[in-house]
Amino acid sequence: MAPAAIARIRWWLEDRLGLETVKEFLAHKSVPRHSATMWYYFGGITLFLFGIQVATGILLLLYYRPSPNEAYESVQFIMTQVDFGWLIRSVHSWAANLMILAAFIHMFSVVFLHAYRAPRELTWLTGIVLLGLALGFGFSGYLLPWNTISFFATKVGTDIAADVPLIGPALARFLRGGADVSGGTLTRFFGFHVAVLPGITTLVLLLHLALVQKWNISVPPKVEQEYRQRGQEVPRIPFVPDFILRELMAWYITLAILGVLAALFPWELGEKADPFAPAPAGIRPEWYFLAPFYTLKLIPSRVWFVEGEVLGVICFGLLALAWACLPFWASRRDGTIRTRLVTGAGVLLVSYLAVFSALGYWR
Amino acid sequence: MRPIIAVLLLAAAAAWAQDTCLECHEALEGDLQAPAKAFADDIHRERGFGCADCHGGDPTAMDPEEAMSPAKGFRGAIRRRRIPELCARCHSNPGLMHRYDPQQRVDQLAQYRTSVHGKRLAAGDENVATCVDCHSVHDIRKVKDPLSPVYPLRIVVTCARCHADEKLMAKYNLWATQPEDYKASVHWKALAERGDLSAPSCASCHGNHGATPPQVSSVAAVCGLCHVLQEQFFDKSPHYEAFTELGLSGCVVCHGNHRIEHPTDKMLSIEGGVCGKCHEAGTPAAEIAGRIQGLLQRLSGEMERARAILDEARTAGIEVSEAEIQLVQARDNLLKARVTVHSFDVEAVRKDIDEGLKMAATAYEAGVDALKERDRRRLGLVFSLVAIAVTIIGLWLAIRSREQQTAAPTDAGRG
Repeated sequence: MAPAAIARIRWWLEDRLGLETVKEFLAHKSVPRHSATMWYYFGGITLFLFGIQVATGILLLLYYRPSPNEAYESVQFIMTQVDFGWLIRSVHSWAANLMILAAFIHMFSVVFLHAYRAPRELTWLTGIVLLGLALGFGFSGYLLPWNTISFFATKVGTDIAADVPLIGPALARFLRGGADVSGGTLTRFFGFHVAVLPGITTLVLLLHLALVQKWNISVPPKVEQEYRQRGQEVPRIPFVPDFILRELMAWYITLAILGVLAALFPWELGEKADPFAPAPAGIRPEWYFLAPFYTLKLIPSRVWFVEGEVLGVICFGLLALAWACLPFWASRRDGTIRTRLVTGAGVLLVSYLAVFSALGYWR
Repeated sequence: MRPIIAVLLLAAAAAWAQDTCLECHEALEGDLQAPAKAFADDIHRERGFGCADCHGGDPTAMDPEEAMSPAKGFRGAIRRRRIPELCARCHSNPGLMHRYDPQQRVDQLAQYRTSVHGKRLAAGDENVATCVDCHSVHDIRKVKDPLSPVYPLRIVVTCARCHADEKLMAKYNLWATQPEDYKASVHWKALAERGDLSAPSCASCHGNHGATPPQVSSVAAVCGLCHVLQEQFFDKSPHYEAFTELGLSGCVVCHGNHRIEHPTDKMLSIEGGVCGKCHEAGTPAAEIAGRIQGLLQRLSGEMERARAILDEARTAGIEVSEAEIQLVQARDNLLKARVTVHSFDVEAVRKDIDEGLKMAATAYEAGVDALKERDRRRLGLVFSLVAIAVTIIGLWLAIRSREQQTAAPTDAGRG
């Protein structure tokens, strides 16, 4: 194409989209660079893995059939008959797990680097909502292959939902689409997984990204103090191309890990679910639900006058609420941060999740 | 003073009790108390029967002497030889039994009289089993109750109480090893380990009320109740006539009776197998046995080969469930061939084996394809990783280059 023609197209697009403004904005956008910058790549990695989920999910949708008589067989067909179907399904499953892992690392890096503090409270809250949505994706997607493990794990999961005070039974019924896990649950979970959750996630994700853009990437108080003591400003690098190049490198490393996992350890399909068969021994949920699952198993069936599981669900609910409100209880009236308290709470939560997940897996 | 208080208390208890037998005996100790305690779990008590229905007497009388008076029909402890008739008063009464259990048989006494136990009892031998020895005395439960001594899982223990007693069995010139032998059998494993309540226990082969050892001529019929096809093949085989002429009891000759172990292809060997019991090496019969054994072993070998390659593919994460269905079909053919073995017809066995070999070959081919697929995947992964590594190196070089470009002005600015 002649240079003149290209210039005309550019002019035409510029006239209608105002791309120069975007270019100008990106040319002047910079981000801080310091010893802890690498932890902020995990937000981008989570976003990258979400993109992979969307792409592979759409490809799986071409063949998947959400009914109890066809779901398992359609996934089996994808894995054995469709060209690269095994890879798409395996990448989708592994990327889902890596995405939740990256989201957890991102959340704890925000906690330990105290990036939740004002004026980024809403960024934190939208992030917590996104983590909840990611767990919802995991829970709803787990049932879709309609295999034995996923069927009974969903039974256990929805039983726990039934223990939520007041609304529990109605919530469990809503999730299952009936009194028990059945074909209705599969259809419902499919709807949540491919329509409801992606819709909500897209909106909250856009808000989260807009807030990150508005308030920029935070500098940890300790780093800020170090530079202040030296009489220097925290160095910054241009967003384009310096930060983008580094983020891309992180994405490629993630892609390599994902490729190795998907190719060498393809996600198993297991046995088709039989709703009339007894639950097999050792049923447990996905790793990210193991810690609360194991804790609920440890609680006695009755504590004082409350049922053990109900008490457990109430405690987890309160803990999640307290965690979501972290930016509000972490700062003092004068605006300074209770760094030791937050770091201590973070260490405690990470230790609890690691130990109880391990116990839940091996016991 | 104490005996008077005890009598007064017993009399007071009996005054408002409906069944004074139970009220008094529950307050007593030892052997006099045991029947009353045990009766709490008895099916007859559940259905409204009381002590007096068997022992006679007056359960409404408050005075023990009056309650247990012969004038009121009190019989006391029932003599062993009279037990079957006593039970049969109700259990052989169709009108009465249909009121409680319409499907219950009422010919137990008639059957018992044909049994070895019944015949010996009639001859005055009170050591043999009567109703209460198997069903228990005062805590009789329904046969389907897992705690009943005649429940399939417990019946061997019940029979063993006498049949594993060497001294007792010696009197009748019987071995006392049957219960132990049975517990080493494939039938007990099916019953106790797999929980298959349809697997045979003592009564399945010997009968229950009409318990008698199967005679030589009827052993095959007893086994054939479950192993129908094996019996049909055997009846048409050359062995049937030969065994009949020699007075040998069919299945038992090769498989034994109580200690029936899991049959293996090795049984068809002349050396160390069961065929060698009657046939010598080099005879036509030995050759047939060898050919049949060879066919079975070939299919087993092919199946093992296919199993190994499919396991390897599955471990590598390749989906091979369809090939595993082929392998299941091959196994079905092997099982079918092992049944056909009872015809001792090489061509009949070969037909089943050939079908199985086709299935095993298909499964093996699927395994080979799966391993090729695994290798392709790994090669693809290597290429992808190389491409990713090259890109990462390129990005790193670009970052380094950017850092070098911006280093001088930044350092100057900091200075």
